[in-house]
Amino acid sequence: MGILELTEEESEKRGGVHVDAIHVRLGPLSGVVKEALLSAWQLASEQTEFESSRLVIEEVPIAIYCSNCQTERPVRSIQQMCCVECDTPSSDVMHGRELLVSGLELAE
Amino acid sequence: MSAPPITQPRIVEVRRNILKRNDELAHDLRQRFQSAGVFVVSLVSSPGSGKTAFLEKTLTLLRQRQYRPAALVGDLATDNDAARLARSLAPVKQITTGTLCHLEAAMIDKALEDWNLDEIDFLFIENVGNLVCPASYDLGENLRLVLLSVTEGEDKPLKYPTIFNSSDIAIVTKVDLAEAVEFDWSVANANIQAVRPGMQVLRVSSKTGEGMEEWLAALPSRR
Repeated sequence: MGILELTEEESEKRGGVHVDAIHVRLGPLSGVVKEALLSAWQLASEQTEFESSRLVIEEVPIAIYCSNCQTERPVRSIQQMCCVECDTPSSDVMHGRELLVSGLELAE
Repeated sequence: MSAPPITQPRIVEVRRNILKRNDELAHDLRQRFQSAGVFVVSLVSSPGSGKTAFLEKTLTLLRQRQYRPAALVGDLATDNDAARLARSLAPVKQITTGTLCHLEAAMIDKALEDWNLDEIDFLFIENVGNLVCPASYDLGENLRLVLLSVTEGEDKPLKYPTIFNSSDIAIVTKVDLAEAVEFDWSVANANIQAVRPGMQVLRVSSKTGEGMEEWLAALPSRR
């Protein structure tokens, strides 16, 4: 699992420090569901040094570039990819594809 | 490794993509394809939407036009699809994923080991029939097709918006059956445009050949 390898690497870089929590940014267009990721993490981290590390998932709402408003805007919904302000459709996705480890909470 | 026991920030910023390894490998593949002059198309859809029939027809037509197409096809088990595609006489290789529900860049890399890319103009990658997981994995393709058969219903795009959003062209298949199943084209197209504004949509029948010319015209001409 990518999260586990990534956390191991980052922890090692800092002298094998214990990781209390792993912060993940997750967008609805990543194709990954929060609940599934949480249960997968439980399985993947079992019997590793990160078994007790919490996975903190921050869900990132979808945002598109609206050519009419000329700025980044949220969408009506994942089924309606248009500007929430003016209804202009857009496939220029600025946020919502995220599937990344944004940070680590390290033990003092 | 020993880090000095000085005060470390309690929260450190990392910002690393979880599928980074796949993304990097896909990036390498894309560069290899480009330098060998191979145009790569991947196909995603639910099981039974007609990917293999569409691909067989595509391979056959491209060969008739003196192109050199090839195909990789992913399934959990059996090489039935590869056997069907091989009837087109194009080079075909089956990738069996075992229990995995999607293809990853590493599998493509491995499957290509004994193929000479210089002898291929178009490489088609048929993903495992699944509208969920394949959305997350870049395979180094130039074009991703999502197939939707008229028998599946017009609301598929709304049920699986992510795969439609991550694809470049939607192919509506089995249009020869549209009337029998009362498929409403305008509703289906509106749903596709809602989840992926501006998406190119093509209507084809692999059986009758309808729409295949428009599809081939969407591919770049080479050589």
